[in-house]
Amino acid sequence: MTDLAVDRARTPQSEASSSALSVRGLWKVFGPNAEKLVGTPDLELSRQELQAKSGHVIGVRDVSFDVAPGEVFVVMGLSGSGKSTLVRLVTRLIEPTAGTVLLGGDDLTAMGEEQLREIRRRKVSMVFQHFGLLPHRKVIDNIAFGLEVRGEDKGPRRHRAQEMVDLVGLSGYEQNYPDQLSGGMQQRVGLARALAGDPAVLMFDEPFSALDPLIRRDMQKEVIRLHHEVGKTMVFITHDLDEALKLGDRILIMRDGAIVQVGAPDEIIGAPADEYVRDFTAEVPKSHVLTLKWVMREPGSADEGAGAPALPDTTVVREAARAVLAADGPVRVVDSSGTVVGVVDDEDILRVVVVEQHGDRPGSGAS
Amino acid sequence: MTTTLEPAPAPAPRATKEEQPHTVVMPSRHTGRKLLVVLVLWLVAWATLRGKQTLALANADTTGLHEWLNEVRDRVQLLGQDNWFFHGVLGSIASVLDSFVGFLQSHLSSVTPGAYLGWLGVLALAAWVTYTLAGLRSTLLVTAVLLFLGVAGLWTDGVDTLIITVVSVLICIVIGLPLGIAMSRSHRTSALMTPVLDVMQTMPSFAYLTPIALFFGIGPACAIVLTLIYALPPLVRITEHGLRSVAANTVEAGRSLGVTKGQLLRQVQLPMAKRTIVVGINQSTMAALSMATIAALVNGPGLGKPVVAALQSLNVGAASVAGLGIVLIAIMLDRTTTAASERSAPAGQRVTAVSSPGFFRGPTVVMEKLPRWATEEGGHGEPAKRLTPGGRRLVLGLLLVPALVAAYYSTLYLQLSQFPDVSAVPLLGELTSGPLSTHINDLTTAVVDALSGLTNGFKDLVTLGMLNPLQSVMSDLPWWVMALVLLAVAYLLGGWRPTVVTAVCEAVILGTGLWYDAMVTLTMTIVATLLVMLIAVVLGVAMGRGRRTDTVIRPFLDGFQTIPAFVYLVPALALFAATRFTAIMAAVAYAVPIATKLVADGVRGVSPTSVEAARSTGITRWQMISKVQLPMAREALVLATNQGLLYVLSMVVIGGMVGGGSLGYLIVQGFVQGQLFGKGLAAGIAITALGIMLDRIARYAAARYGR
Ligand SMILES: Nc1ncnc2c1ncn2[C@@H]1O[C@H](COP(=O)(O)OP(=O)(O)OP(=O)(O)O)[C@@H](O)[C@H]1O
Ligand SMILES: [Mg+2]
Repeated sequence: MTDLAVDRARTPQSEASSSALSVRGLWKVFGPNAEKLVGTPDLELSRQELQAKSGHVIGVRDVSFDVAPGEVFVVMGLSGSGKSTLVRLVTRLIEPTAGTVLLGGDDLTAMGEEQLREIRRRKVSMVFQHFGLLPHRKVIDNIAFGLEVRGEDKGPRRHRAQEMVDLVGLSGYEQNYPDQLSGGMQQRVGLARALAGDPAVLMFDEPFSALDPLIRRDMQKEVIRLHHEVGKTMVFITHDLDEALKLGDRILIMRDGAIVQVGAPDEIIGAPADEYVRDFTAEVPKSHVLTLKWVMREPGSADEGAGAPALPDTTVVREAARAVLAADGPVRVVDSSGTVVGVVDDEDILRVVVVEQHGDRPGSGAS
Repeated sequence: MTTTLEPAPAPAPRATKEEQPHTVVMPSRHTGRKLLVVLVLWLVAWATLRGKQTLALANADTTGLHEWLNEVRDRVQLLGQDNWFFHGVLGSIASVLDSFVGFLQSHLSSVTPGAYLGWLGVLALAAWVTYTLAGLRSTLLVTAVLLFLGVAGLWTDGVDTLIITVVSVLICIVIGLPLGIAMSRSHRTSALMTPVLDVMQTMPSFAYLTPIALFFGIGPACAIVLTLIYALPPLVRITEHGLRSVAANTVEAGRSLGVTKGQLLRQVQLPMAKRTIVVGINQSTMAALSMATIAALVNGPGLGKPVVAALQSLNVGAASVAGLGIVLIAIMLDRTTTAASERSAPAGQRVTAVSSPGFFRGPTVVMEKLPRWATEEGGHGEPAKRLTPGGRRLVLGLLLVPALVAAYYSTLYLQLSQFPDVSAVPLLGELTSGPLSTHINDLTTAVVDALSGLTNGFKDLVTLGMLNPLQSVMSDLPWWVMALVLLAVAYLLGGWRPTVVTAVCEAVILGTGLWYDAMVTLTMTIVATLLVMLIAVVLGVAMGRGRRTDTVIRPFLDGFQTIPAFVYLVPALALFAATRFTAIMAAVAYAVPIATKLVADGVRGVSPTSVEAARSTGITRWQMISKVQLPMAREALVLATNQGLLYVLSMVVIGGMVGGGSLGYLIVQGFVQGQLFGKGLAAGIAITALGIMLDRIARYAAARYGR
């Protein structure tokens, strides 16, 4: 399954290009006088302290990030870390206490009710953990609901909904009611409903955590496939690291409402920002995620490894293992321009693979 | 390799319910001992001051207040002619309602042949409407009930009852639905309306008969307004509840798609709450029927009239025939609205449970008044095979034709318009009211004779052993002693708040000049409530512990709950003749179903883990009940007592019609004798005060001891 994570082309993330979604200094404080707390030293307190002191709960604490167009951006963290709150702040399903959200350049936080509705109808869609389908409507009408709400005519609406039904593989179930479908199929309906409005950004709030592992895997593949086909920008919430690694171009890790680390999967595994991140990445098979960049060392001499064919530094360790072990000596690692950036030998590879089998934690992922 | 973070405990503890600081009024200690002290002082006072300052007022005597109220009535009736409010507003409402009901009566229930719709037309159209809304089985039931009404000679009264009920329910829907929607959308509206609905539901229905009659004049309009007051709260409450309990994630999904508030209501909330709302309509209908029969006392048309007449002449047979008609109508309306509600769940949609945890916290138990099917999670069930909408419309259209034809002919021919007299027909003839009431009278006499030893024994036991002593202790002593005792009890059980309410209510009762009668009513209420709780605990524990017992008993309880209050008087009268005890027995029969259900659900709700843990310690069955299940179901017990009290009070008062005496009797007399009108009105006020007082004490005690 990790093959997927490796094989798929990663969207290059250029911070310079205008981002699809840009979040700056976002706060959410739950409680009666949340607005008054902004800017006071009270917000420096830890969650527990603030709650004890004034009964306010910090849901999201000063979060900023950018998502590039076409990127799959994963947010993860333990239960209660504020993921759901964050994703709802972005579309103002929950009103932010402070901060701005720019969606394709438009400032959502400054919008009136009417404009915001227009954005929700056309620019962002959401897929929910518990589906949120309407039990009194057939599958096809559930999928068309967003279109109906924004006033589209019945003909085009049906047509578009039917396309979505086919896209998510529900053909033949159009006339069923949600309760007659399995959980996985219901979530496909949720997915189709979100896609039907052709939004620029899709938000997923733990969409698959209510499903069995096997179905979950199917649905993950489905999302990857859809991402290939429709190329939407996606913000994906999960508490499943495996899922995060599989889907994410970049991963944001949250704790107690604040950002702990943002980075590509191999960065998260290779250079965890702190014990918290290290702890929950401990179980991940490093060889499936880490690339040669993270295990290579400085060449001892200029011609070390010259005998064997060079490997790109983006090769995942597991993929490189055979070639490196087969070679007599060290193997050169080159970057995208072909410059030699380091060498790896059997021992470098085995350190990652063997340590993993013993279940210990390697001293440090990075060289 | 799945690295799931979920099982790890959250680092920051969530603000769970238990952790949040909540202010509990701690039960003060030694309450039992303090109550005992109060009791001793009370008995000492009774023994020494017996019979003094009891404020007893003879039946025909009146006070200044009563006379003044009489004058108010005269003034209202006189000034009513040209006062803008009485004549302009209330008068127009009354005349619109009166003429509307009159119009319906002349077309549906009147037996004048000629231009009006006769029985066949009414039957055909009713059957068609029922088929459209509720399906074939309900249609058969409706046909059978209407035919019985015709055969038994109850056609006019029966259809009149239906007219009052249906018109009231329609008005209820027109007012109640928007109100419920408004309450579900704004917490402020909800907070504003809830106390109003509370009072409407706490007040015994008898209490507002007199004032409404004063404002709207006796007759159909008054009957409809009364019925409306009684039937509105359940609909509003259930509508609000249904809308509020639409799953939050569905509402959120709707918002994420950019729905407007109107779209959210129409396309998400209302369709999802539809079934619950129809349950509300069912409740409202049953309440309406109950009140529509009582409204006979204010000259409301319908089956209540023969019941009242027969009760007053103590003719059990005649009362039974009319009562039977009412019960059949109740069954018919209940089944039909239930079937309509089951249908209103779209094919394939799982029937959603109406009750949800937390719902019981509300001050008034709405859900327990509902039959089981409405509060339990429905099975996945086979979705009913349905015609396509087009096919269905076609079938209904085709069926409408014969219905209209029947209606047309029934306006033309005497036999089709006037229900044929079947008294000469061999078997059917026995069902006409004359022979039927004779049969019932014979049967009753036989049963009563056979049981008289038992019933009289029981009656004497309760009367001599409980009722008389208690009544003597509560009413045969200076009023201020009893007033102090009540204050002390209120304070010990519920703290200072209910004490203040009690003081105010006592002042009101004193003011009405009916202290003695109020104490007699209170005695009857207490005795009946004790009996109710005795039965409810025994039955409820049996039901809560055994699924099978529950399955057997519950349908009976559901059935009894659909019977309008008035009807309970008939069998009670048959068995116990006209005495205070009769009113008490009717009240017990009326309140037992709700109390039993509450206890049963409370016992069932005790966590199985606790039961299992207790069993593992090797306790006996009796210990299990007394040490584990009942204490853990305490909240339900307190709730059952509270509800039982209110039900009993409203029925004890109605029992004034069958020898119950005291306040209820005074209200009835107020209608009968002009010069006692003011006294009747005062009795209504006293009952309200009594009800509010009991409810407050019980509620605060529940908050304290029910946890
Ligand atoms: N309406 C609210 N009022 C008060 N506190 C809230 C509210 N909503 C969320 N919180 C708190 O904010 C914090 C973050 O909640 P959130 O639902 O965003 O977590 P999450 O990361 O999505 O968790 P999970 O994985 O369980 O879904 C929690 O501590 C929660 O208790
Ligand atoms: Mg969440």
